Formats: sequence, C-alpha cells, structure tokens
Amino acid sequence: MTAPVAMHMSDGLLNTPTTVLFLGVAVIGVAIAAVKARADLDDRAAPMAGLVAAFVFATQMLNFPVLAGVSGHLLGGALAAILVGPWVGALCVSIVLVVQALLFSDGGLTALGANITNMALIGTAAGFGVALALKRLAARGKAGLVAVSFIAALVNTVVAALGFVIEFAIGGDAAFSLGTVAATVLGVHVLIGIGEGVITALTVGAVAAARPDLVYLLRGTAKPLELRGKAAA
Amino acid sequence: MGHAHLLHRPGDTPVHRLAPQVKVVAALAFVLCVVTTPRTAFWAFGVHLALLAGVWVIARVPPGWLAARALIEAPFVVLALLLPFLSGGPAVDVLGVSLSQTGLLVGWNILAKGTLGVLTSLTLAATTSPRDLLVGLQRLRVPSMVITIATLMLRYLEVIAAEAQRMRLARVCRGHNPRFLWQAGATARSVGTLFIRSYERGERVHLAMVSRGWTGRMPETGTPAPTRAWVAGLAPALLAGLAVAGTTLWP
Repeated sequence: MTAPVAMHMSDGLLNTPTTVLFLGVAVIGVAIAAVKARADLDDRAAPMAGLVAAFVFATQMLNFPVLAGVSGHLLGGALAAILVGPWVGALCVSIVLVVQALLFSDGGLTALGANITNMALIGTAAGFGVALALKRLAARGKAGLVAVSFIAALVNTVVAALGFVIEFAIGGDAAFSLGTVAATVLGVHVLIGIGEGVITALTVGAVAAARPDLVYLLRGTAKPLELRGKAAA
Repeated sequence: MGHAHLLHRPGDTPVHRLAPQVKVVAALAFVLCVVTTPRTAFWAFGVHLALLAGVWVIARVPPGWLAARALIEAPFVVLALLLPFLSGGPAVDVLGVSLSQTGLLVGWNILAKGTLGVLTSLTLAATTSPRDLLVGLQRLRVPSMVITIATLMLRYLEVIAAEAQRMRLARVCRGHNPRFLWQAGATARSVGTLFIRSYERGERVHLAMVSRGWTGRMPETGTPAPTRAWVAGLAPALLAGLAVAGTTLWP
C-alpha cells in the first residue's frame, strides 16, 4: 500500500538553521490550514478526515531506503485533498507525520518541520491544484475521476520530492552532490508516484461509486434531482 | 484507546507518571540538543546516550525491548554505512580498506543522530500511552480540531486492521489460498472496498462516540503539571544542552 508524499528525513540530515526555518514554515502552514479547515469539518466530515488520516498512516508504513537518512514511501496527500479538501487534507497528513514521529519514531523529531512542509503542505497543494484544474474531467464520470486521481497523486509525489531536494540544497550535508541527490530522489519518487497513483485512483473510485457525496472534489457537481410531474408531495 | 499498543510499555514509574505535555517538550528539546552536537564531539554523543540510559533505568524499560523496536530505523541508516566507500576526499586506511574520511564522518553523523533520535521517540512512546499523548498535545494548546482528527485516526487504525482481517478471512473461506507475498495482489485490488467498509464502520463508531458525549476533545483529567515536574522532566534535555555547550570548550 502506498500514500502520497515523498520522504521522511531522519534527525541530523539537515543543519540546525534549515531545520528551524522549515519548522517555522510548517507551523504557519498548518495554522492557516487549521483556520480554513474549520468551515469544511462538520459532523459528517470528521469521521472521513479521521479515516483518511488512518489510511494514509497505514500506507506510509512501507518504506524504501533512498539515501542515507532518507526513505521514500507513499504520501497520501492527493488522496486526502480529493476526499476531504485541501485544508483538512493538509491537516490529516500533518497529523500522521507528527504521530509517526512521536509514537512510532518514523522520521526525526527535528526534521518534522521539513517533512510537514514537503508532504503535508507542498504535496497536498500540488495534488489538489492538479485535481482542481482537471475538475471538469473528474465530474464527467468515473473514468475521468479515476484518471484525475492518478495524475494528482503522481504530481503530488514528485513535487513533494522536489521540496526535499530544495531543502537539501539549502541546508543539507555537502557529502552528496546535489545532482546525485536530485536524480536519485526524483527517480525513485516517479516510481513511487505511479504506485501511489494506482492506490489513490482505486480508493477514490470506490468511494465515488458508493458514496459520491463524500468526495470533496465532486461537491457542487452533482446533477440536481429531476422531478417529473407535480403530483409528488 | 485502552488497547494494548505495540510501542507502549505500561508501567507505574516516575517517568510514566510524568505529565505528558512535559514529556513531549522534553523529548523535542533533547533531540534538538542531539542534532546541534558537532559531529566530531564523540564524547558528547556518549553523554546523550548515558542520559537516555538513565531514563530507561528509571522507567524500567529493558534495552533489548528498545533495540528490537529501534530496527524501524534500518531503512534510514542502511545507506549511511555505504558512505565511507562512496564519498571522495582524503582517504584513511581502516583494517587495510581505504575509506573516505568525509564519508566516514557524514555516515557517523547520520547514524549517531538518527539512532539517538529514534531512541528518544521510542522512550517517549514506551512511557506514554496514545491517549496520554493526545492529552499532552491538547494541554500544549494544539488546536482542538487537530486533536479530533488525531483521536479518530488512532481509533480507526484498529478499525482498518480489523476490516482487512475480516476481508482476508472471507477470501480464505471462499477458497482463496495465497502464500506469502501473493496475498498482496488481492489486498491491493480490494483497497477501495476496504476503505468504504472501514468508513461505514467508522461512521458508526463516530456516532457511538458522539452519543456518549464526545465533543472532539479528550476529557481533561488531572491538574496542570507543577514546576517541579517540568524541572525533573526537562533535566535530561538540560544536561544534554550543557554537553553541547561543553563541546565548544572541548571539541
């Protein structure tokens, strides 16, 4: 199983100023998402948000080593954004990363800021941006929605990996050349992105078939119920 | 969340009883000190490890129990071991093998800091139940919406695992008998169904929680941590900080 995001970094991979910088970026981003999410999170959406978070959590458990201190895995940001919206989605992925770091020791505590920036903020934003741009295709039918989910998840994974490369360029250890890092990380994440795209497409397709009312991306696209004859009271 | 937890080791020691918000802040501060330690100050890493070992003794967590769970780090560090062979720069001879000096140092840096970081989070997880951790985050003024989603997430992890188990059982009952990795194919194809089944069950779980008076926040029990608890909890991080400061005097 996989989720959409690029990578977890462990402690000690980035230097302290970079760590602090991206911690600040993450805190501001999550605070904005928390404010915006309030409008989206009603009683019906709360269990969906919790389940999306749990699902992303489960899929992020599969890790592949990419470089020393870096592992790649599914990210889940596109899945979260399509099902619960970008704000709640970013919150869900952030929560997954925080709980993983605190309870499961996955990803360094000090790299949390950079990890949240990549996977929860950049990745989710990219995935949702793609999905929004292709919304008309997604609203056309199941095949369209599945295709859009796949593309959004693939873009999400690669863009999140790109975020990591930028952070590494700013404050990474100079033992690796930037070119090697970029090529390795992006190459691996194109492959992961395809896996991620398949899982996201399967999941979104199943949800849209059973409960289209739960898919955030499809809000406002449902055809109004057609009433024939005026006798119905 | 009163269920057994893989990484939690229930107990009744001073570390277990310490207020969770203190433990979260202390763990973060400690790892920050570890990351700030210069990589050539080898003795400081020994101090950090000794401080952690002191906490394990007080918390009665056996090192073997931690070591088994620290293997989660393996994918991160396995490539750190290759660095001495792959990096350039001045070479040193170790046991007749020519290794890159920079590579050795960078690999050591990632290995030491990553391992200490994992051991710190494991110590936090071993002595703090998931429920207490949520209470701790709530007392640190984490927005209540985040607490709501996190609570549901931890509950739903078990829902998903149970539904996956039920679906596997149903497949086996119908004569599906895959071995080892071949199970993955069927699991991947049914991932969408798993999601819907988990959602519908999760919806009922949520309604049951709401009808029992759940408002999205963890019920607050106990009083705010006294200054004494903060001092005791932050002592290891403070000592680690002193060690980091000491590295400027004795590099």
